[in-house]
Amino acid sequence: MADLITEPNLPDPDGFYDRLIRAHHGLDDAASRRMNARLVLLLANHIGDPEAIGQALAIARGEPGEASTRTP
Amino acid sequence: MSAAARPRFAYVPPPELGDAAIRRVPVAIVGAGPVGLTAAAEFASLGRETVLLDEDDTVSVGSRAICWSKRTLEVFDRIGVADRIAGKGVVWNRGRLFHGDREVYAFDLLPEPGHRRPAFVNLQQYHVEDFLIDRVAELGRTDIRWRSRVTAVEQLADGAARLTVETPDGVYRLDADCVLAADGVRSAVRRAMQLDFKGRVFEDRFLIADVTMKAGFPSERWFWFDPPFHSGRSVLLHRQADDVFRIDFQLPAAADPDEERKPENVLPRLRQMLGPEVDFALEWVSVYSFTCRRMKKFRHGPVFFVGDSAHVVSPFGARGGNGGIQDVDNLCWKLDLVLSGAAPDGLLDSYDDERIPAADENILNSTRSTDFMTPKSAVSEDFRAAALELAARLPFARQLVNSGRLSLPHVYRATPLSTRDAEAWDGGPEPGAAAIDAPVRDNAGLAWLLERTGGRFTLLWFADEAPAVPTFANLEALRPRVDLVTVVRRGAPDAAAVVDPDGTAFRRWSAVDGTAYLLRPDQHVAARWRWPSIDDVTKALQRASGSAVAEGGLRSAGG
Ligand SMILES: Cc1cc2nc3c(=O)[nH]c(=O)nc-3n(C[C@H](O)[C@H](O)[C@H](O)COP(=O)(O)OP(=O)(O)OC[C@H]3O[C@@H](n4cnc5c(N)ncnc54)[C@H](O)[C@@H]3O)c2cc1C
Repeated sequence: MADLITEPNLPDPDGFYDRLIRAHHGLDDAASRRMNARLVLLLANHIGDPEAIGQALAIARGEPGEASTRTP
Repeated sequence: MSAAARPRFAYVPPPELGDAAIRRVPVAIVGAGPVGLTAAAEFASLGRETVLLDEDDTVSVGSRAICWSKRTLEVFDRIGVADRIAGKGVVWNRGRLFHGDREVYAFDLLPEPGHRRPAFVNLQQYHVEDFLIDRVAELGRTDIRWRSRVTAVEQLADGAARLTVETPDGVYRLDADCVLAADGVRSAVRRAMQLDFKGRVFEDRFLIADVTMKAGFPSERWFWFDPPFHSGRSVLLHRQADDVFRIDFQLPAAADPDEERKPENVLPRLRQMLGPEVDFALEWVSVYSFTCRRMKKFRHGPVFFVGDSAHVVSPFGARGGNGGIQDVDNLCWKLDLVLSGAAPDGLLDSYDDERIPAADENILNSTRSTDFMTPKSAVSEDFRAAALELAARLPFARQLVNSGRLSLPHVYRATPLSTRDAEAWDGGPEPGAAAIDAPVRDNAGLAWLLERTGGRFTLLWFADEAPAVPTFANLEALRPRVDLVTVVRRGAPDAAAVVDPDGTAFRRWSAVDGTAYLLRPDQHVAARWRWPSIDDVTKALQRASGSAVAEGGLRSAGG
């Protein structure tokens, strides 16, 4: 079980961000939301590790202790 | 600077007026903005005379460039004007980023000491131009002609260019073996030659105010996303010389520029931002919309486009002026070699090979910054808010927040002038990259490594001990074309050797005993080795002087 990586890990952050925003071009809000949902599911499956996913969920949700990325 | 305080430079009626014979000069520069002036000073430093034509007789007005990058300052060092610019300007390395009413994070642009120049110096463009004009006069060799507007360009059968120049006393013609078109974004030369200038226009508008105040803001770059005093938009605050501050407000796309510019609309915005206590006065206000465009090619026969005439970017990232200075950094030594017959014309085509990717990098970066600042849909606003929220706590998200990716020297990766590495390297400037500074000791005391380079080809040889190794003696044969500089770990400095007292230069250049770098006159790396032979160096020198590129002729190349 691994900790969620919260240090920089993207080789080209600006390029990634650009691609992400571009991928939504031409979609209305509802279609964008669905696309984001599919994206989360795909990336979660790729990560696999329940520990890392659990930490990501807590941080994203903004729960107490959210910033901690240590395995309890 | 108020319009009244601007210097006026004397127009002198040119001797060519009324003369039937047309004079021919090797180099004419059109436009005395920061880029054209730097080119004139570069040529003068190389010992070459130029004619510099400008339609106006003063420095630029209004809110224009303020941030001059480390690389620009290094070029300014080479032409002897950096001390004055850095002395008058405001040094800053630190940027702070705010979201709503909270600080998200701060960053340091130059985290390590031991560089002569900081990451950035802020100085109003009019001061920079003024200092450059003084320096050009001091260096001599530049025939600078004010109130001389170029209105037409014609290519002659022998490959030279013929300029039509309008002055208050009439029109004359001037032939030049080569022309640098440094006449800005609305380039008359580009239009006269009917050349394209394509790209993207951003709809958003920005209100840019220069404000004088004695407030105790530190010398930092402050950027706000969605601040309480300008809800839903971004604001940038920068300090300049003379207690002048630059403030950029993002406006809605639908904003009416003429309305927004009115003092009765600007002052309340500033008051809200600065608070009720602060005393301030407006120096200048303008409303800009931005574009990112470039020409398809920068070289057209004898005419070379440099600076804003060739490419223009939005100002987030300070890549406009700094990019233009790198254009002339790249071009002047090449033209000098070709005009003096020391290199083939094909060397000049490498200006396009090297500077077009550089312009594209600047356009890409400033486009992405502008896009981040002006989200176009609900989902892009969501992603931006998410990145900003996470950035307060998590380092990875800081990389996604984009308030401008500040100008760095372009690395010429796909250039015919570089020699590929033959060994494996785990650091140091790669071929095509700009030289890296380090503190050294020479026989006069403390010095900077970069001071020892530039203007000519330089072979930097790293050695454990002085006097230098035997191979070095063979390299003496290169003297007429190459300066030899040895960097030694131990020993005493002499005319050719500097000492690296704490190993900084060795570390930054990933050097060991016998490491050598061939630097071009623009201080970019042409080749590097461990223990090269004189043959290796000679071949790399030929390559960097254009031997591997197609032959042509400055006089025969077509438009
Ligand atoms: C709001 C704003 C902020 C900016 N901030 C920065 C920054 O922080 N850092 C940075 O690096 N850049 C910045 N820039 C960009 C920078 O101002 C330009 O990139 C820079 O001025 C380009 O220099 P130039 O010499 O190519 O052209 P210009 O400065 O436009 O100079 C062109 C010159 O050519 C002359 N000319 C024009 N037509 C003719 C003709 N027909 N004949 C003869 N002469 C002619 C003009 O009189 C002028 O002197 C900013 C720009 C703006 C608008």
